[in-house]
Amino acid sequence: MATFTMKVFRGQPGQGDFRDYTVEVEEGMVVLDVIHRIQATQAPDLACRWNCKAGKCGSCSAEVNGKPRLMCMTRMELFQPGETISVAPIRTFPIIRDLVTDVSYNYVKARQVPPLRLKPPDADGKYRMMQEDVDRPQEFHKCIECFLCQDVCHVIRDHEEHKPAFSGPRFFIKAAGLDMHPLDTRDRTAWIQSQGGIGLCNITKCCTEVCPEHIHITDNGIIPMKERMADNFDPIVWLLRKFRGQRKESA
Amino acid sequence: MATPAYETHEHDVIVIGAGGAGLCAAIAAAEAGVSVGLICKSLLGKAHTVMAEGGIAAAMGNVWPEDNWQVHFRDTMRGGKMLNNWRMAQLHAQEAPDRVLELERFGALFDRTKDGLISQRDFGGHRYARLAHVGDRTGLEMIRTLQYHAIHQSIDVYMECKVERLIKDGDRVAGAFGYWRNTGQFVLFKAKSVVLATGGIGKAWKYTSNSWEYTGDGHSAALWAGADLIDMEFVQFHPTGMVWPPSVRGILVTESVRGDGGTLKNTKGERFMFNYIPEFFKGETADSEKEADAWYENKKDNRRTPDLLPRDEVARAINSEVKQGRGTPHGGVYLDICTRRPADYIRKRLPSMYHQFKELAGVDITREPMEVGPTCHYVMGGVRVNADSTAATVPGLFAAGEVAGGMHGSNRLGGNSLSDLLVFGKRAGQHAALYAKNFGGQLVADRGQLEAIARDMLEPFNRSGGENPYAIQADLQDTMQTLVGIIRTESELQESLKRLEALRERARKVRVDGGRVYNPGWHVALDLSSLLTVAECSALAALERKESRGGHTRDDHPYTDDTWGKVNVVLRLRDGRVQVSREPLPEMPAELRALFQEKK
Repeated sequence: MATFTMKVFRGQPGQGDFRDYTVEVEEGMVVLDVIHRIQATQAPDLACRWNCKAGKCGSCSAEVNGKPRLMCMTRMELFQPGETISVAPIRTFPIIRDLVTDVSYNYVKARQVPPLRLKPPDADGKYRMMQEDVDRPQEFHKCIECFLCQDVCHVIRDHEEHKPAFSGPRFFIKAAGLDMHPLDTRDRTAWIQSQGGIGLCNITKCCTEVCPEHIHITDNGIIPMKERMADNFDPIVWLLRKFRGQRKESA
Repeated sequence: MATPAYETHEHDVIVIGAGGAGLCAAIAAAEAGVSVGLICKSLLGKAHTVMAEGGIAAAMGNVWPEDNWQVHFRDTMRGGKMLNNWRMAQLHAQEAPDRVLELERFGALFDRTKDGLISQRDFGGHRYARLAHVGDRTGLEMIRTLQYHAIHQSIDVYMECKVERLIKDGDRVAGAFGYWRNTGQFVLFKAKSVVLATGGIGKAWKYTSNSWEYTGDGHSAALWAGADLIDMEFVQFHPTGMVWPPSVRGILVTESVRGDGGTLKNTKGERFMFNYIPEFFKGETADSEKEADAWYENKKDNRRTPDLLPRDEVARAINSEVKQGRGTPHGGVYLDICTRRPADYIRKRLPSMYHQFKELAGVDITREPMEVGPTCHYVMGGVRVNADSTAATVPGLFAAGEVAGGMHGSNRLGGNSLSDLLVFGKRAGQHAALYAKNFGGQLVADRGQLEAIARDMLEPFNRSGGENPYAIQADLQDTMQTLVGIIRTESELQESLKRLEALRERARKVRVDGGRVYNPGWHVALDLSSLLTVAECSALAALERKESRGGHTRDDHPYTDDTWGKVNVVLRLRDGRVQVSREPLPEMPAELRALFQEKK
């Protein structure tokens, strides 16, 4: 058992400050446990989101000592006893109350990603896909939508004005996953450039660094997409494609 | 007091709950061309389905051509100790394969066989490898697929919105009333029909794999609206939850660990499951370590390991080992996969288990065993429904998924939950849409009814000196854990009812600090009434059933009794009290009965 001082952000839109709570911490506790303990004993109205408490639902995103993390997967053993630990809401999205932010931006962007367009099944009515072909998009399907990649992305973290025309890393890998889906027939290039706004991404890899699922967002998702866009402007590749006719149907 | 303000939304069908069942219902209703509102307590995509790990049980025959719906039906009924609603179990087994393929057409990427078909894995109680899966994160794939399909249909999604009560118009359910968690403001949904897809009640126990959402909202709302509940005594304690460190106690360890080669051991290193094979399953279970080990390599000529007996059997066995002093210091047993399987295999097949133990317990499961013990996981009981239409006993109300009762009898097999959501979620959406189309009347909501509910909800803000809601919730969980746990007795059940009454008294005086905007203290206080209701229902039904069967074990009635095998315990609200009765189980037709006589 050790005692920690937790600096937890308390506030509403336009106002708020960090408040100190002294908490007894036992072996194995994570930051979310500490927040729950504060709720149960000191501040019953302290707002935070959570569901699974096992890193599977992506609800409890926050900035712990300034670093975007899932509170349920951040063990208190990372810190020294006596250390002061700050817990703040994810900064890129407007605050609702305390640690809860309005993440509706992400739900708006989600609807804009052109959905799967299925190719016809095999002659016997079945779909066949080989594991090797499924492995790549499966990496992106691991995403738990914690939105930490969105939170840390410079394009929108410090530039509210980019939000309308930028969908963020979460939806780049959503689109990449659809593009790599063996049964998909849609071309999302136009969307990625326009509404997706991938041109604004300058590949600093911050999104990859904070991903709790360790998805290679930049290397396996964003960069191949950027390369494909560059190919589109390459006259030789364009000619080759014209002759071979290998192009997906446009969104 | 002034009339509390509320906003109003109108739909043909509203679906309460946006896990697998709710999403399937909303999609099916939208396909039928009616207007649909989908209400979720959390953000979209965070419902409990996201935590499901193992897979979706469906007799697709991709790995075992011998598999078919009759075998799946038989396994399900035997797993439920024959107390299942046979028609639900039949529909489920027949339709699950098509539902899995539909999910694939929506974009789900399951793990593949060598031929490029959907791969299927072994699970407890299933005769053949039958679970369509994606590593150990099948639920995530399922909810994400349904979610991204649903947002492109014409469905209005209401996120972080909690339904408190169903609204009645005469005998008929006419909508729902609740609040936005973000603002604390009230909201009325008027609807021609309502689908409940609210999940379970596991938050009534202290050690649980269930999240804060599982407070029995749908079970209680249905009961309060006059619907029948059945089988509420049957609560599944999943045999393998984490036990250490204390803060993670109860978090699920998927059955896939055992399906993929993990074995249970006590502190003496014994594979104790061989000592707990019941007569009922002797014919199909290996009785030596040699045969069980051989089964992993050659499933045709060997019987399966007792580690994969149905969950109720394994949970009782672990409980008994710990009680007899052969448990770990933290009160669990060992689950070992590292001595049978190489590290690469484990990381590929069980990535989230590897991650979960590494991050939360500092245990590397590719090198050392896990420590596990039973955790409250699932309620078999729920709203009594018509098997084909999912209609509850109150007009206009439908229920699907965990909130519905009957499908799983006294014990659910692993993998049968996700398939249940797909099969009956779709049916609920279709039938609720049909009901709405045929409904000719006006949508009326009686203001008096709404105002009374709203006033009740605000009451905790006006009290001074009352109690902290978290303390009452914790005491309730303690009560259920110690008195209505895996092993029950009459005296403890009586005691639990007394304590629940005292807790209800305390809950009447609960006090909430702060305002209405995103106030978790208020949310916990409001959830107490449903939590207390389902806790009482579970204890009352457990007291009534004087036998042991599936997820209900009575120390004072340790045997399974055939006369009890023919009745459901039914609960309904009459004059403000929960009334308990025994009613006959629907009788299985002869051609299905024959399936159980052929193979012993």
